[in-house]
Amino acid sequence: MNALLETVDARPATDRRRPPSRRRRSSIGHPRLTPYLFLLPTILLFLAFKLYPYLSAFWVSLTQNVGGVTAFVGLDNYIRLAQDPLFYTALGNTFLILVVQVPLMLALGIVLSVAFNSMLLKWRAFWRTSYFVPIVMGLVAYGILFRALFDSGDGIVNEMLGAVDIGPIPWLVDPFWAKISIVLAMTWHYTGQNAIIYLAQLQSIPGELYEAAQVDGANGWQRFWNITMPGLRPALLLTVILSTIGTLQLFDEPYVLTNGGPDNATLTIGMYLYQNGFRYFDFGYASAIGYALTLIIAVISLIQFRLFKEKTR
Amino acid sequence: MTDALVGVRGRRTRSLVLTTVIAAGSVVMILPFYWLLIATTYPSSEIFASPPNLLPGPAFFDNLSGLLTETLFGRAIGNSVLIASVYTVLGLVVCTAAGYAFAKFEFRGRGVLFGAVLVTLALPSQVTLVPLFQIMVTLGWLDTYQALILPSLAMPFGIFLMRQTMLAVPDELLQAARVDGAGEFRVFSRIVLPTVRPAIAALAIFLFLGQWNEFVYPLVVLRTPESFTIPVSLASLQGIGTTDYGQLMTGTLLSVLPILVLFLFLQRHFVAGILAGAVKQ
Repeated sequence: MNALLETVDARPATDRRRPPSRRRRSSIGHPRLTPYLFLLPTILLFLAFKLYPYLSAFWVSLTQNVGGVTAFVGLDNYIRLAQDPLFYTALGNTFLILVVQVPLMLALGIVLSVAFNSMLLKWRAFWRTSYFVPIVMGLVAYGILFRALFDSGDGIVNEMLGAVDIGPIPWLVDPFWAKISIVLAMTWHYTGQNAIIYLAQLQSIPGELYEAAQVDGANGWQRFWNITMPGLRPALLLTVILSTIGTLQLFDEPYVLTNGGPDNATLTIGMYLYQNGFRYFDFGYASAIGYALTLIIAVISLIQFRLFKEKTR
Repeated sequence: MTDALVGVRGRRTRSLVLTTVIAAGSVVMILPFYWLLIATTYPSSEIFASPPNLLPGPAFFDNLSGLLTETLFGRAIGNSVLIASVYTVLGLVVCTAAGYAFAKFEFRGRGVLFGAVLVTLALPSQVTLVPLFQIMVTLGWLDTYQALILPSLAMPFGIFLMRQTMLAVPDELLQAARVDGAGEFRVFSRIVLPTVRPAIAALAIFLFLGQWNEFVYPLVVLRTPESFTIPVSLASLQGIGTTDYGQLMTGTLLSVLPILVLFLFLQRHFVAGILAGAVKQ
């Protein structure tokens, strides 16, 4: 498990060059075409369904459909995007969910993984399973389920809150609570997954470190901040970057849970792209949104990567 | 105060507190599943009863037969099973072959090709939504199985995982087989694949789960209800003006149940797959 985790690191590919001795040996004994034959399906699929679509999307983003005819319009779509208040709404919503949900989920994940790793916890395997099981539920399925749970009129969540004299809370129909609903649903779905990733990393921290710290008189908090957190850093980097990329592309949850509403309060960039492309069939504009999203993801991932690198030094 | 001074009794109290807190959280995690299970056993009119139903009702088979006869959900199940199964098998072939080439051969263009694989890992897939739709229109592939299966077969993450796993297979093993006269395909299928079986199991689950739950791309290229997969079918059931919640909840349960059962049996592989592939595709 730990080995698997360590493979998903983010080092540049050049760091992974194999030692020269192995390189010499593996080059004898097979025809030169062999590796290309093994790669043939991948190369064909990659060209047809990845590279071509990515390039094509850029071209499409420079065009507009005017009366059934595709016309080249240069950067018009991007200029329109820069002035589109709805795009900024989607951007704002997405970032708000990002800065609230991701830290919340990761913090809970860390706490959970430490608990799962603790000898003090009884029946550890059982609890681990129960926290992990939501991840198998498809996004649409859990969106539908949470929509029913959060139903403002007579959902079970409000029923339960009512039993302790709270609410009812207008979960899905109020702009503020609709965002909260999405944050809660996502946290329910993904926290266990992150906890498992952290747990794998925790188990690779040598127990002697904790013993030595205890001998030196470090208390629980000191051990957590000085041993556990630094030890978790590679897994943290991984989950921060992946959760960020995932959240920036958020689509399924708002589509099913709130359909972007009320009053666009849960409209995300992904939903806005979909709406323009497949509700209004404005392919040019949808593609421009896609490229804007790519740029945003690239910049943020780079910043996060830099920040974590700095701290590691 | 150090742990040694807290002593056995303090330890026992802390253990109890910790276990109680984790158990309470666990109830929160499980409760939605339990509610779903209960909801499938009531007719729509009673699902949102107040006070809420806590024990199973009598209507599960009514909901089930209604779902299967009044909607095309049965068809969607068939579509999903077929698509996810074929996709998993083909995806394994493509990803293991590519991983093998990257892990065990030196060749011109390896760096560029592998770099391309890594870059596509991070690019948002939504960018390709419009062009993929246009490709499928051009090919006349809307509403077809191949439209769903082919585009994501060469999954960057799968290739990456297979390469990393196969790097650990000793070159000596391959050379020995070659010296014994085994062809390249034989070396791959008889030596390498069996050696990396756990990773293949993890990837298989990952591929199946990903395709089973995939939503936005099928939503775009599937046009008629006969071709819908489970998630698209569920979303369309919910979209109908007067949603039959009994049927909707039963459909939701059916979409989760096979995966849930699989999960309980193959937990270890699920965990390995998620650990290796914490990538939201």
